[in-house]
Amino acid sequence: MVDLGTAPDVARSREADEPRDSLVARFGHDRPLKLDAGVELSPFQIAYQTYGTLNAERSNAVLICHALTGDHHVANVHPVTGKSGWWETLIGPGKPIDTDRYFIICPNVIGACMGTTGPASTNPKTGKPWGLEFPVITIRDMVRAQAMLLDELKIDTLFAVAGGSMGGMQVLQWAASYPRRVFAALPIAASTRHSAQNIAFHEVGRQAVMADPEWRGGRYLVEGANPRRGLAVARMGAHITYLSDAALHRKFGRKYQDRSNPTFSFDADFEVESYLRHQGSSFVERFDANSYLYLTRAMDYFDIAADYDGSVANAFKGSETRFCVVSFTSDWLFPTSDSRAIVHALNAGGARVSFAEIVTDKGHDAFLLEEPELFAIVRGFLDGAARVRGLPIPKR
Amino acid sequence: MLSRVKRDLTMTAAPTPGGSRVDLLLIADMVTPGARVLDVGCGDGELLRILGERRDVDGRGIELSREGVNECVAKGLAVIQGDADTDLADYPDDAFDFVILSQTLQATRHPRIVLEHMLRIGRHAVVSFPNFGHWKIRLQVGLGGHMPTTDNLPYAWWDSPNIHFCTIKDFRQLTMVTGAKMERAVALNAWGTPLRFNAPWWFWNLFGEQAVFLLSRRS
Repeated sequence: MVDLGTAPDVARSREADEPRDSLVARFGHDRPLKLDAGVELSPFQIAYQTYGTLNAERSNAVLICHALTGDHHVANVHPVTGKSGWWETLIGPGKPIDTDRYFIICPNVIGACMGTTGPASTNPKTGKPWGLEFPVITIRDMVRAQAMLLDELKIDTLFAVAGGSMGGMQVLQWAASYPRRVFAALPIAASTRHSAQNIAFHEVGRQAVMADPEWRGGRYLVEGANPRRGLAVARMGAHITYLSDAALHRKFGRKYQDRSNPTFSFDADFEVESYLRHQGSSFVERFDANSYLYLTRAMDYFDIAADYDGSVANAFKGSETRFCVVSFTSDWLFPTSDSRAIVHALNAGGARVSFAEIVTDKGHDAFLLEEPELFAIVRGFLDGAARVRGLPIPKR
Repeated sequence: MLSRVKRDLTMTAAPTPGGSRVDLLLIADMVTPGARVLDVGCGDGELLRILGERRDVDGRGIELSREGVNECVAKGLAVIQGDADTDLADYPDDAFDFVILSQTLQATRHPRIVLEHMLRIGRHAVVSFPNFGHWKIRLQVGLGGHMPTTDNLPYAWWDSPNIHFCTIKDFRQLTMVTGAKMERAVALNAWGTPLRFNAPWWFWNLFGEQAVFLLSRRS
């Protein structure tokens, strides 16, 4: 490993170009990525992980789409944080998304900062990080890039595509853009469009980043700065939206942090404050501020209906993909009503759809947590689809 | 709550040697193989399972109770959480060959609207329901002077999910009001045995504990 010393900013920029413990697919000038913004990105690269083995028929591939601040280290120890993969509860040998049976691919999305081309990557034209010269990207661009990766891997049809939150948006986009390439789709805690409230939250986060003088008009990597405070505040605000009132109360209540009385100051007297500060400061160690701007923007622009004459049902008309939509009762960021709207549109389009709402007080983040009911549903749905697809199902 | 009606029936209705309920097998018998089927109020998915195994249908379900839905999805069935009274309107015309309402009619708020939607969404509708005209029920109301409770309908009046009971005679009237064509009707006695096909309606209405109707749109 390179000696990074005390310069994590350099580390971040290196991770963007040469990610550790990752596979990298490189697309040269002959294969540009056509972006919704009307420009082409070229050359570009996609960092990804795979688990399990692709069968001879190449029919057991499962694509995992990560959320806003996730990455491709879905079921392995994260090379930067040292933590276990973000969906290791769900993905592994014998687990609902079974690495013994499926070939699992998880790419880092376009615009991210963990090895797929994004604003922290080096712009080959200038030899410097892209920064704000990086074109604005959309969820559809992310999916288009993933389709190119699958072409590269010579995988025509995915057995399944699964993801939560922004990952769920990609799942829906996959099913809309490439219906014949998706046998089964699992959008979890997702929506067909980003709501005004969610755009508003994102805007607060972006303004927090841009208000930090260290952001330097987006040129912080070039100028050796880092808008830590701004990004940390953005993360703190966003993190609240991933939880719920009940979960915060259960976890922290009004408890004081390492003290029995208030200090009558602006220290982190309350446990919940201390927790949020920790969330903010640990986030900036692994994430690029500009990436945060680009990815939140991509989510804001997401509106499937807009691409199909204002009707989500049109997007899925005649789709033969099997869908399983899942929501959580306490998720107020992507509430059950959003999932229900997906289901209505799928039904109206005649698609085969299952929909389950899981009771939990853990909020939007529930999709990442230990939720046995979610595991049973994912397992049952995939096993059912595998049976139809002619993939082996273990005897239980 | 709909699923509870069905589960209770699962426990009380006479099982066949195969372990399946007679009324469900009867419904399965009315469905053509390979058809597209929507089971409204599908409970724990037993009927969808039978239809999948015996008739090779492309089956979907709607179920009100969250537990029922999650159980179904975990079994690999295409089931969504929803309400017969409000969610049928979202389905396009002619989306299914058969729309089934098994032991659920009496728990809907607007049985007529539900039936009309079923006949709009599907070419055929299959409805099974407990017959409130059965002699045991009549005895309890007429002579006992109280709301009836039976093995199939074990709820006290104050906690019953069943708000729209009807008799076989009443249901026939509803089919006429909705303009549905009755293709087949079967009444089952307390032991789950079909009553004589050529028995008069009054006989069915008195001795049938439950009934299954196959309807179609009058075109």
